[in-house]
Amino acid sequence: MSGGHGANGEYEAVIGLEIHVQLKTNTKMFCSCAVTFGEEPNTRVCPICLGHPGSLPVTNERAVEYATRIALALDCGIAHHTIFHRKNYFYPDLPKGYQISQYDLPLGVGGHLDVELEDGSTHRVGITRVHMEEDAGKLVHAGGATGRIHGADYSLVDFNRGGTPLVEIVTEPDIRSSEQARFFLNHLKNLIEHLGVSDVNMEEGSLRCDANVSVRRPGEPLGTKTELKNMNSFRFLARGLEAEIERQLSDLEAGEPVRQATVHFDPSTGSISVLRSKEEAHDYRYFPEPDLVPIVLDEAFIEKRRAELPELPAARKERLMEQYALSAYDAGVLAGNRSLGDYFERVAAEGDAKLAANWVMGDFSAYLNAQGLTVEESPVAPEDLAELLRLIADGTISGKLAKDVFATMAESGQKPGQIVEERGLGQISDKGALEAIVAGIVDANPSAAAEYRSGNKKVMGFFVGQVMKETKGRANPQLANSLLRKALEA
Amino acid sequence: MSHDVYELSGVRCRELLESGEASATELVQAYLDRMRGVDGQVGAYLLTNEEAALRQAAAIDAKPAEERGPWEGVPIAVKDILATKGVETTCASRILSGYRPPYDATAIRKLNEAGLIILGKLNMDEFAMGSSTENSAFQPTRNPWDLERVPGGSSGGSAAAVAAAETPWALGTDTGGSIRQPASLCGVVGLKPTYGAVSRYGLIAFASSLDQIGPLTRTVSDAAALLGIVEGQDPLDSTSTGLREPIRLPTERDLAGRRFGVIKEFLGEAIDSGVREVFNDACKTIEVLGGVVEEVSLPSVERGIAAYYIIAPAEASSNLARFDGVRYGYRSDEGEDLLSMYTHTRSEGFGPEVKRRIMIGTYVLSAGYYEAYYGQAQRTRTLIIQDFNRTFADYDYLISPTSPSVAFKLGERTADPLAMYLSDLCTIPVNLAGLPAISLPAGFSQGLPVGLHMISPHFGEQALVDAAHALEQKFQLGARPALTEVTE
Repeated sequence: MSGGHGANGEYEAVIGLEIHVQLKTNTKMFCSCAVTFGEEPNTRVCPICLGHPGSLPVTNERAVEYATRIALALDCGIAHHTIFHRKNYFYPDLPKGYQISQYDLPLGVGGHLDVELEDGSTHRVGITRVHMEEDAGKLVHAGGATGRIHGADYSLVDFNRGGTPLVEIVTEPDIRSSEQARFFLNHLKNLIEHLGVSDVNMEEGSLRCDANVSVRRPGEPLGTKTELKNMNSFRFLARGLEAEIERQLSDLEAGEPVRQATVHFDPSTGSISVLRSKEEAHDYRYFPEPDLVPIVLDEAFIEKRRAELPELPAARKERLMEQYALSAYDAGVLAGNRSLGDYFERVAAEGDAKLAANWVMGDFSAYLNAQGLTVEESPVAPEDLAELLRLIADGTISGKLAKDVFATMAESGQKPGQIVEERGLGQISDKGALEAIVAGIVDANPSAAAEYRSGNKKVMGFFVGQVMKETKGRANPQLANSLLRKALEA
Repeated sequence: MSHDVYELSGVRCRELLESGEASATELVQAYLDRMRGVDGQVGAYLLTNEEAALRQAAAIDAKPAEERGPWEGVPIAVKDILATKGVETTCASRILSGYRPPYDATAIRKLNEAGLIILGKLNMDEFAMGSSTENSAFQPTRNPWDLERVPGGSSGGSAAAVAAAETPWALGTDTGGSIRQPASLCGVVGLKPTYGAVSRYGLIAFASSLDQIGPLTRTVSDAAALLGIVEGQDPLDSTSTGLREPIRLPTERDLAGRRFGVIKEFLGEAIDSGVREVFNDACKTIEVLGGVVEEVSLPSVERGIAAYYIIAPAEASSNLARFDGVRYGYRSDEGEDLLSMYTHTRSEGFGPEVKRRIMIGTYVLSAGYYEAYYGQAQRTRTLIIQDFNRTFADYDYLISPTSPSVAFKLGERTADPLAMYLSDLCTIPVNLAGLPAISLPAGFSQGLPVGLHMISPHFGEQALVDAAHALEQKFQLGARPALTEVTE
């Protein structure tokens, strides 16, 4: 996927990502307001997160634990002594006039994440740093055409989000294409999902991604980079990166150098607009936050967090292959989504793992996708799907019927056994009952029976069809076959 | 009954309440009357809490004595830098005019819980920036000893109110000397506790790493008592520690065996001869009481003012960024867009000294200058801390005059910020090192009070008030400012 940009494919893109992850703590980074999503504006606020004069921040210890888990999962070195800095700038969504963030003593440095690409190869992306900070409030610009502050009639600020704990993850410029970026972000999202420290939902803003983008001829020094913002979905990330790479290439091909700038992707038009030139960029006047004491993380703390780490996706894939004899592909898909993997393991715990994998990745996933549901929102509990698979395995229902039963389970929430019973869907494996039906059908179709006996074995299909018709598809196919053969050949 | 408010201290008020010689209502009324009589001349109060104070006093008086806390019913007044829930809190700045905090500062909460009655909010230099209280956006405060002169600052309202007996005691804040210098100029006791001893939650920040709340009182015992009420570790201030042990009221009468180091660098040309004389006499008194006095050198403290005027404005430039007209306080009607709204609001809302410090602070934190200024100042601060630590290995106390001069005239230094900054020569290094220090009235020069400045090691407040109490008993300064009560 790498390389091959420009008219003659002689350019490559160089991409680094800056990812913000909202932590799923109960309370905000520096006050005791609840962290929520979708509440009435300005109902989850207090003097501290509103920046009232005299109020002071106090660090949320749980947020430090969560951030440390992320840094450890990315194989970062953890700082034993880490401090907060103030990042100073004026904006209405920033109540104190500064953001409490980290600067030259971040929580974690020097990690990496190995990303499996579509072709099965592994690509290592370096992690420059992992640091903690607080989120800003949310602005709503009313009136005006763009929905941006410029040209708006007035602007409203909602501080519910203000002060939510964030972890910022900065990668090395190790990514070479929009595809790689998408794969990386997907892997990162899945990794953090496994850690259980964030919802990592791009649409809700709990996962946000900016990119530093430049282009160059391979082997040459790095080109001038731009900072690409506003890619609030995986699709827009890829499209935004492609649009920006194209923009830079067309500049270069027109003989124009790339200018350092912040650029904005507009998903509705697919176009890039240049927001501001970096030359006039803010001087954030970072200095150590005097209201907070340094955070000292001793070995015991770090080891405790390490021990808290759940099985991470790469290890899980290996285990799924080992424990359930799954193919690398199946194990990769199931380990690539924490909830789906968990669901699979609960289903597989009670039966045939291969059948479970097929169903979880097949009908189950297809149903959720069609309904737009997450695994957590599934109306079918894993125990119920496991029961359905047992009914297939013990011959009570056929695989074909099971699909109908699954649809009913999803719709009504009923147990599979109950559905099979109520609708009389259980296979007729009772030899006596089936013998009577078979005898009746053979008697009722003497010419077809004669045809069979004269050597046309294809007529068997007709007889099986008649048995199924008579039993509404419930006849055990193997038993029906053998009884028919016996009756016709008698 | 009527009380001679000059005879009252916080501790004395408590005694009168306990013995039933005075009711809370009588005490509050006595101070309100005094305020009415003299505050037109002094200008210490920005706001009086008359109705609420009388209501609270009546409620306390209605309680059976055995249900009252020890300090319940004793009046107090506080610097207008402390957030008081629902009561206008301005920091003497136009930008906060009309601002009613939605919460109480921790120190205020502790006063309330102890049952003290807050009489009102006291004037100060805008955002505590200044040494004369002339930087108040609303009014000057005058020195009760000479109404032509300043009370010092920035807690000038607190010092003047106590000196004029408009409150038995007061809370102030000290970032570079803002409790001790006005205490010295007004002839009252001012105690700046160890950094962290009193929670800063609700103290409207000037320079977060230096600010500390402390008492301004008529007696050393009062300073100890009031510190005891407000100190304590606070979960809302992660830099707070509280004192290591509860503070006791001082009873010491002598200084036998205590070692006092006179800081040589604080006795240079900047010190007026009259102040020097009082200081030398105080040193002799220390020796009379059995203390040992020696000269000691702390070379780094001479760099204190330079380091302070980088660190404090740097923090202030960031602390004051929140006053943007968006959420509370003053907002200019001018302004076409966001940037011009910010510019007009802040240009109109802040006074000249505040603007000066915001500009200095912004400059020293700027890319390319940070190391040369802020980084260097922090290293200097470390050296000052080391100098103090080294010296405290040999001395129990380090002493100097509190202020190089007695109270100066209004307007005398307003045109020369550097001369004004020198007022805090002796006090600033103490804040940089986070140490506790007290200013104790030690005598008079030209009829104006002179304070003795005593510094002790971190959390040495008990030793500080013990020694100050012994000296106070020996000095026996009985003089009162000659204020005439105006009757309407």
